[in-house]
Amino acid sequence: MNNISHPDMSIDDQAIVRAENLSKRFEAVVAVDRISFEVHTGEIFGFLGPNGAGKTTTINMLTGLARMSTGSIFINGIDCDKDHKTAQSFIGVVPDESNLYDDLSGYENLCFCGALYGMRKELRQKRATELLKHFGLWDSSNKLFKHYSKGMKRKLTIAAGIIHSPSLLFLDEPTTGIDVSSARQIRTMIRDLNQEGVTIFLTTHYLEEAERLCDRIAFIVNGKIIRLATLDELVQDFESYETVEFIFESENDKAIPTSVLQSRFPDYKFKPISPNSLYISSAGKLELSKLIAYCEENEMKLYEAKRVKPSLEDIFVNITEEGERHVS
Amino acid sequence: MYPDSRFRKTLIAFWNILKKDMSTYYLKPPNISWGIIFPLAWTLMFFIRTQEPIDVRAILPGVIGMAILFGTTSMLAVTITFERKQKAFDRLIISPNSLFVVIMAKTTGAILFGFCNALVPILFSLFFTTLSGISWGYLFLSIFLISFTSTFLGLFIAVSVHEVFEAQTFSNFFRFPMIFLCGLFIPISSLPVFLRPLSHILPLTYGVDIFRHAINNEGNMPLILNFFLLVLFALILYFFSMQNIKKKWIY
Repeated sequence: MNNISHPDMSIDDQAIVRAENLSKRFEAVVAVDRISFEVHTGEIFGFLGPNGAGKTTTINMLTGLARMSTGSIFINGIDCDKDHKTAQSFIGVVPDESNLYDDLSGYENLCFCGALYGMRKELRQKRATELLKHFGLWDSSNKLFKHYSKGMKRKLTIAAGIIHSPSLLFLDEPTTGIDVSSARQIRTMIRDLNQEGVTIFLTTHYLEEAERLCDRIAFIVNGKIIRLATLDELVQDFESYETVEFIFESENDKAIPTSVLQSRFPDYKFKPISPNSLYISSAGKLELSKLIAYCEENEMKLYEAKRVKPSLEDIFVNITEEGERHVS
Repeated sequence: MYPDSRFRKTLIAFWNILKKDMSTYYLKPPNISWGIIFPLAWTLMFFIRTQEPIDVRAILPGVIGMAILFGTTSMLAVTITFERKQKAFDRLIISPNSLFVVIMAKTTGAILFGFCNALVPILFSLFFTTLSGISWGYLFLSIFLISFTSTFLGLFIAVSVHEVFEAQTFSNFFRFPMIFLCGLFIPISSLPVFLRPLSHILPLTYGVDIFRHAINNEGNMPLILNFFLLVLFALILYFFSMQNIKKKWIY
């Protein structure tokens, strides 16, 4: 890893990306609102948020595709406001859409992307061959990109993002819209790349993916980062948050009256999971005895009640709702 | 990182962008045939219209000008708009190459295409007339300058639109009036008085006048003034396009 020193700042050795008070304004709309964060060298950093929260705009500012309205970005210690081009030689970008050239083959696409980073012919040909083999695309290397399947396109786009061996890789929704098997392969590739020493900045809609891959997660809502923590820290935050799964007897032919339960217990959240089960959540202590008594009174035959560990999805929903409330 | 110097890396990137554009767009059979068919069609049109043997040397400046104008503006406007739409152009912007290098690599392909298009009517005219007494230096320099200005006109169109069909429509909005306003086939002195100022704000007017000087030794304006104005247009279009790209594409 090349840590380039900069006279204007004392660099945290761990931080490969440092964003300070980063904002992006589109006329009256503030897409990103004074966010600050660091991405540590060697980690997989998750950047999560609902649609339109500012994830892609943030990536675009970090990669040089969008200009920041205020703030500063340091990549590998380089002030991007002064020299984004040098910083760009350290980074690889895999955008949310596969954006390679339709009329070039997989092999030609990779070689072209290598050439953009000034790689010599022999080197880029060698690296393209390696990557095509590694990603299981060697047999299709001479096929035009437009004839690739969605999963193959995604894999080739990732390969194009790392052809120049970047130390930092931005992955914007890498598994969106592809089949389960390709998504699994891509997740394995992400983990392998990280083990090889590539720092990864990942945005995803799939919370399970973030849960499996990320070392730290930042939640962005309405352009503001409202929480940045490790998964363990996030779970700890929600220790007081209780979720119980109620499973009713299957012969119970009546639908679970979720809305009735909700009006009877307004402090709890009721979320149907299947025709005969639901999650009941509370930010504080759940009074199970009252719930069970109510079910018995109303002839809802309870088969099982079990405590559920809060998932990242629960945390995400809670944090984003809280964030949206704060903003409004 | 790789031990090569930044200059060498930039050269590798420049050459590969140019090579990719040449093989993906410019050297495709439909584009090559366009470069041949278009000047031929125009020459034939004049022949049918007059029903007499054509004075090839008289119409050559106009046909060369048209071949360059239509070749460069349409190709660059369409290819860049297409790449922007596919987001493939973003790859070039986020690469470590400066915007200047990227734009020069993209436009060089179109300039070369324009240059080659201009050679087609010249080569064809050899079958019908002698080309003795032509000032080849002036001719090639003006072909280059018109290719350059027309290419940047194509870039200006590409920056202003979002869809490929808009690029086509918008480029026709410029090109067709230019056929009549720039003295390609109708002398500017024959145009209505109120249209003449328009002719003088179009770079092609000066390029075609240089062609007339070079081919037939009969231009309307001094040669030096034509070159000066053409270079000035080239610089203005270049800076205007770069500013526009910085403002619109790196948003």
